[in-house]
Amino acid sequence: MDLSRRGFIKLSGAGLAASSLGALGFGLAGSALAASVRPFRLTAATETRNTCTYCSVACGILIYSQGDRAKNVKSSVIHIEGDPDHPVNRGTLCPKGAGLLDIVRAPGRLTVPKYRPAGASEWKEVSWDFALDRIATLMKQDRDAHFVEKNAAGDTVNRWLSTGMLAASASSSETAYATWKVARSLGMLAFDNQARV
Amino acid sequence: MADLQSQDYIRRSATNLTPPSVRHHELEVAKLIDVSRCIGCKACQSACMEWNNLRPEMEEFHGAYENPHDLNPGTWTLMRFAEYEDEQGNLEWLIRKDGCMHCEDPGCLKACPAPGAIVQYANGIVDFISENCIGCGYCVKGCPFNIPRISAQDHKSYKCTLCSDRVGVGLEPACVKTCPTGAIMFGSKDDMKDWAGERIAELKERGFQNAGLYDPPEVGGTHVMYVLHHADKPSLYSGLPDKPHISALVGAWKGFLKPLALAGLAFAAVSTFVHSIVSGPNETTEEDEEAARREMSGPEMSGRGNSEGKGKS
Amino acid sequence: MTNTWQDIKNANVVLVMGGNAAEAHPCGFKWVIEAKIENKAKLVVVDPRFTRTASVADVYAPIRPGTDIAFLSGVMRYLLENDAIQHAYVKAYTNASLIVKEGFGFEDGLFTGYNEEKRSYDKSSWDYELDEQGYAKSDDTWQHPRCVINLLKQHVARYTPELVSRICGTPQDKYLEICKIFASTAAPDKALTSLFALGWTQHSVGAQNIRAMAMVQLLLGNIGVAGGGMNALRGHSNIQGLTDVGLMSNLLPGYMTIPKDSDVTLDKYLETKQFKPLRPGQTSYWQNYRKFFVSFQKALYGDAAKAENNWAYDWLPKLDVDGYDVLRAFERMDNGQMNGYICQGFNPMQAFPDRGKIRRSLSKLKYLVVIDPLDTETANFWQDYGPQNPSKPAEIQTEVFQLPTTCFAEEEGSLVNSARWLQWHWKAADAPGEAKPDLWIMAGLYHRLKSMYAKDGGAFPAPILNLSWSYADPAEPQPAELAREMNGRALVDIKDDTGAVVLKAGQQLDGFAQLRDDGTTMSGCWIFAGSWTEKGNQMARRDASDPRDAGIAPNWAWAWPANRRILYNRASADLDGKAWNPHKPVIQWNGSKWVGFDVPDYGPTVKPQDGVGPFIMNQEGQGRLFARGLMVEGPFPEHYEPFESPAENVLHPKVKSNPAARVFPNDRKAMGTAQDFPYVGTTYRLTEHFHYWTKHALINAILQPEEFVEIGEALAKEKGIEQGGWVKVSSKRGQVICKAFVTKRIKPLMVDGKPTHVIGCPIHWGFTGVARKGYGANTLTPFVGDANTNTPEFKAFLLNIEKTSAPPAVDVAQGPRDAQGVPKSLTKVGSL
Repeated sequence: MDLSRRGFIKLSGAGLAASSLGALGFGLAGSALAASVRPFRLTAATETRNTCTYCSVACGILIYSQGDRAKNVKSSVIHIEGDPDHPVNRGTLCPKGAGLLDIVRAPGRLTVPKYRPAGASEWKEVSWDFALDRIATLMKQDRDAHFVEKNAAGDTVNRWLSTGMLAASASSSETAYATWKVARSLGMLAFDNQARV
Repeated sequence: MADLQSQDYIRRSATNLTPPSVRHHELEVAKLIDVSRCIGCKACQSACMEWNNLRPEMEEFHGAYENPHDLNPGTWTLMRFAEYEDEQGNLEWLIRKDGCMHCEDPGCLKACPAPGAIVQYANGIVDFISENCIGCGYCVKGCPFNIPRISAQDHKSYKCTLCSDRVGVGLEPACVKTCPTGAIMFGSKDDMKDWAGERIAELKERGFQNAGLYDPPEVGGTHVMYVLHHADKPSLYSGLPDKPHISALVGAWKGFLKPLALAGLAFAAVSTFVHSIVSGPNETTEEDEEAARREMSGPEMSGRGNSEGKGKS
Repeated sequence: MTNTWQDIKNANVVLVMGGNAAEAHPCGFKWVIEAKIENKAKLVVVDPRFTRTASVADVYAPIRPGTDIAFLSGVMRYLLENDAIQHAYVKAYTNASLIVKEGFGFEDGLFTGYNEEKRSYDKSSWDYELDEQGYAKSDDTWQHPRCVINLLKQHVARYTPELVSRICGTPQDKYLEICKIFASTAAPDKALTSLFALGWTQHSVGAQNIRAMAMVQLLLGNIGVAGGGMNALRGHSNIQGLTDVGLMSNLLPGYMTIPKDSDVTLDKYLETKQFKPLRPGQTSYWQNYRKFFVSFQKALYGDAAKAENNWAYDWLPKLDVDGYDVLRAFERMDNGQMNGYICQGFNPMQAFPDRGKIRRSLSKLKYLVVIDPLDTETANFWQDYGPQNPSKPAEIQTEVFQLPTTCFAEEEGSLVNSARWLQWHWKAADAPGEAKPDLWIMAGLYHRLKSMYAKDGGAFPAPILNLSWSYADPAEPQPAELAREMNGRALVDIKDDTGAVVLKAGQQLDGFAQLRDDGTTMSGCWIFAGSWTEKGNQMARRDASDPRDAGIAPNWAWAWPANRRILYNRASADLDGKAWNPHKPVIQWNGSKWVGFDVPDYGPTVKPQDGVGPFIMNQEGQGRLFARGLMVEGPFPEHYEPFESPAENVLHPKVKSNPAARVFPNDRKAMGTAQDFPYVGTTYRLTEHFHYWTKHALINAILQPEEFVEIGEALAKEKGIEQGGWVKVSSKRGQVICKAFVTKRIKPLMVDGKPTHVIGCPIHWGFTGVARKGYGANTLTPFVGDANTNTPEFKAFLLNIEKTSAPPAVDVAQGPRDAQGVPKSLTKVGSL
C-alpha cells in the first residue's frame, strides 16, 4: 500500500485507523508483532577461511558462499566478513576489506580472453588456445631473435632483454614461484613486482 | 517470521496495545562510539552497506570527505568530518560516525502514525518495519537527530536497524564487528557505560579535561552513545545536538490528538482505512500534499528532511 | 617488519613517519590504539599533511616532503649531544666502536671516491681498518677519532635544530618536543616502534631515509626488543612473498642475487658473497650461501643440475647492469629496445611515473599480455578515452591480450604478510566465466614454449627443456606441490655427524639448517624451509594462543625464518642474556639455553659470554651505524633535495640532489623548475581505496567517488580556488583536471624563510572501473628513482595549480570513444 500523507492525515489512513483498531480489539497489531526483523542471511551459507587480498596486514576473512557445496550448485560468494580468530585483525576489516564482496563481483571482472590485433579499434573475444598459442609464438620469435648467449667478452650470460614481465603481488607465493621458474628459465631479466614501486 | 528472542517489543508505533514483553529480564544493549579512537576510515559505512545490501547512488566529490554527502535511504551510517581549530590554533580533526541513536524515548516512534511501522525492542533497539511504513515522514519530523530518510523509490522510511537481524542471532552489528580500532563497541548498556568511564578517565589524563559521555537525558538516554573529547561542546562534532529534543508537535500528537482520535473519530478512521484497502493505492497530488501540510502541522511541517518522500507522482 | 603487528602494543612510543598507517593499514593500526590505551604509549606523527593517523596522535609535526633525512639526522645529533643513547647496547650490538679506514671522508656533500661522470662512487675507502687476521679494528673507549661513533657525531653535527627547521619547515618547538620523546626510549626498558611505508621509500633518497631511522633505533637500543623495531608496512597482500621468492629483476629466491657478468664462474659468484666474519667468532650466516644456492639449483633443474656442470650455474641469466628495474625497462621500451611485455596483476599505466611516457612506451611494443582479474588501464592503453587517455588506436601496432584470472576468493595458496607470516588460504567459490588461475596460464605458456623448443629448437633451449616440472598435472600444478617444493626435501638419506639418518630420501626438510651444498637436498626458497614439513602444512596452523599476551602467537601460521616472529631478538637481552625490559622479555638465557615465546634468532645454546653478536647475518655480528659500501650514495645518510624541489640544498648548494641516482637524459629534460611549478606535490593513498583496484568495487566508489587534490586554505585563497571547485594541476610532464579539497590540514611551511605550499594528490582514479573517470596522479610524477632501488620519487616533485571551469560532459563521460571522438557510452543512450 502506498498512501499519501494527506490520505493519512485526514485522520486518517492506516496509521490512526490501525492504532484504533488495535485498541478496539481487531487484533491487527498482533500479526504485526509477529512480523519482525529481517531473517538472518547466512543460515545456509558455507564458510571458507581466506586472507584479504589488499594490504599486507593480511587480515583473516570468512567468505560466505551460497549453498552447501552440493555437486549441483555453482557456488558464488554472498558475503565476506572478518575472521574473529585471526590474531591480528580479530574479526575487524577496513573499508576496503569490508567491501571485498564488491571486488569479487565487480562489473569489471574479466570472464573471457580478449585480443586486440595491431591497429584495431575494438577488442574481440578469443579462445584460450588461440590466446596462449599466439602469445607463446610471439615470445619464441622474439626470444630466438634477440637472446644474448654470450657477451662481448665471450662469457656465457644467457639473457633475454627484449621481453619483460611484471608479476602480481596479490598472487600466492606458489604462483609466484612457478612464475619465477618460467620467466627465468627463458632468461628474462626485466622482471619485477610491485615491491619495486 | 524470525524468533524475536531477546528482542521482544516494548513499544510499537501508533498502538495502544500493551506489549507482551517485560523488560526486566532483558538486557538493554548499547553501541558505544569512542570518537577519540576513531580514525574515520569508513569501515563502518562499508560494512553497513555490505551487510544490509545497500548501494546508494555514487555521488560526486563535493569538497568534503563525507561521501555520500548526507545520510540517505541507502546510507544508514555516515562518517562526518570537522576540521576544528581551538583558540590556540591547534588543529583537531573531529570525526564522528553519524546514524540512528536508538533513543530510549524515540521521537520517531512517538510521531509515527502507522501501526507497527516503528517498534522498540526490550533491548532498546528502535527498528523500522518497512512493510508497515506509509512513508508519511513523521518519523523524520519526530527525530531529534535528523536521521530517518524516506526513499523516493518505495516511499518508505529507512535508518540504521542496529543490525537487529545480527543481534537477534547473538552477533554484534556489522559496523561494530568491522571497526578496525575498536572505536565502536557493543554490549549491555551498563557495560558500555563502565567502559566509557575508563576511556574518559584516560582522556582526561591525556589532557582532555572536558572528555565525557554523550547519552542525552533529553531523550531518556540513547542506545548509541559517544565518548567525546569535548563533551561540553557536542556540536563541534558536525552538529551533534547539544541538547536534543523531540519536536513539540510530537508531544501534541501523543498527548492530545491521539486520544481524541481514538475516542471520537474511530469510525471515520476505520472507514478511511477500509476505503484505502479496497480501492488500492492512493494517488497523491502536490495540492494534496500542500493541503495536508496546512491541515496538520502549520509552518513547522515544511522544510526539513522529507524532500525525497514528497509524493510519488 | 622486524616485529609483528600485535607487538606494536608493547611500544612506549609509536612513530608514524614516512607512512600513514591509520589510512593504509587500519586493521594493523588497531595495535597502535591498543598501545595507547593499554601501554600508555605516545603516538607521534610526522607528515606533510595532518592525516587520519595524525587525528589520533599525541604529537603531530608537519614536514616538507623529501626532507626526512635532515629531520632524522637532527634527531641523531640530539641523542648524541644529550647522551640519550642506550650505551651498553650501542657499544656491544652496533659497530660504533669499529675503526674506519684512513682516507674516508665527507666534504661539500660528497663522500670520498665520487666520479662525477659516472655518477657513482669508488667505495674502497668506505670500510674498516683491518688487523692482520682480517678483522676490523675497534676502540671500545670511543677515543679513536675514526671510530664509527665519532665519525657519526661529526657527520650529524651540522643538523642543528635551526637547520632542521630551515630545511624541513617543521617548527622548532615541535621538532624538539619530538626529539625529547624519542630520547625517552633510550632507557633499556623503553621502546619506540617505527611504522613506515612508501612515504619513505618513494624518494630519490628512499633507502637512506630508512637507514637513518634504523640508525636512530640502534642508538636507542630499540631493535630486537618487544615494542621496537623497524616496521615496513608493506602495501600488497603478497608483496612480501613475491620479494621473498625473488620476483625482482636482481633477485633469486631467499634474497640470493642474480649473478653479474663479472661472476664468470660459480666460484667467482660465491666469492662475491662476502662470507668472512669481520670480528672473531661471529656467525655471519651468509657463509652458508653455497648450501642455499646449490639446493635451489636442484629445485630448479633436478637431476640436470650436477656437480659436473656447476649445478647448472650457466643456465641462469646474468646481469650486465645493476638491474633491469621497471624504470629501466620502460626507458628501453621507449627507446624501441623491447618488443614484448607481460603484466600479471599489475597496472603500470597507473603505477609507474610519467604516464605519458608509459603510454608512449607501451605503444612501441609488438605485443602486450595483461593477465588480471580486472579490467585495467594498461590493457586499454590503446583506446581513446578522451583527455584521460588520448590514444589513436589506428596508429598503435601493439597486439594486446587480456587474460581473465581468478581472484583470492577463487584459489588456494599462501601469502606472506608484512610480519613475514606465511598464511594459507582456501578456495571459496568458482571462477567467473572462463577465468583461470595464474598458475594454469603460466603452465600453459611454459608448455607451449617447451614443446616448440623441443620440436623446432631455437635459442639456448637447455634451461627451458630441463626445468624441473614434475607435477601431478603438468598443465596445472597444485599450490600444495609448489609449496612443498619451496620448502625442500632430502634427495638421499641425510645423516648427522654421528651417522644417524635424520631425514630419509624424499622427506620434507624441517628447516634450512638441513640444507647441503653437495646436491643431496633441494629447496626452492631456503627461507621458507620449515613451512611444509613432514608434519604437514605449517602455514595452515590456526592456534591463535599467545602466551602472556606477548604479541607473538607462535603457533599461528608460520613465519620465516624458522618461525621467528621478532628478528634480531637476541638483542632484546643484555650482555648476560637477561631481558633489557624484564616486563616484556622476548628470549632470555636460562644458564644452558635461550628460552622464551619466540624462536631465538641466534644459536640456541650459544652462551652470552661468547660475544657472538645478535645481528647474525652481518659479518660484524652487529647493527651498522656505518654501512660500509652497501649503499650507493654513502655509508651515512645525507640530506639531498628531491630532484624537483623548490629549495636550494642549504648544506651544499653544489650537490643539490642525490649524486648517485640514475637519471635518463630525456627524463631530466622533463623536469620542471620552481619558477614554473612553484608548489611541492606529493602522492598518496586514501583509506577508502586500495590502489587502482577498488575503483571497480561499488562500495568503495561510493565512499570516495572522484579524483581530487588537497590544498591548504592559504594557497586556495592566493589562487582564488573554491572548496570543491575545479582546478588544473600541472607538472612539466602533464596535467590533471579535477576538483580541489581546501583544507586546514595542509599549511604552508616556512622553508629557508619562504612559505612553501604542498599539494596532495591521491592516486586512485583512472579510466576503468565504476568510480568516476580520472587522469591518475602519475600523469604528473617524475621519472627518477631511489639511487639504490630505483623506486620512483612519487612523494616529492613540483606542480602548479590554477582555478579552471568544469569540463564539458564529453570529457567526463565513462568509457572509450569511437572513431569520431564521441564517447561510446553517450552514443549508446543517444543523449549527447
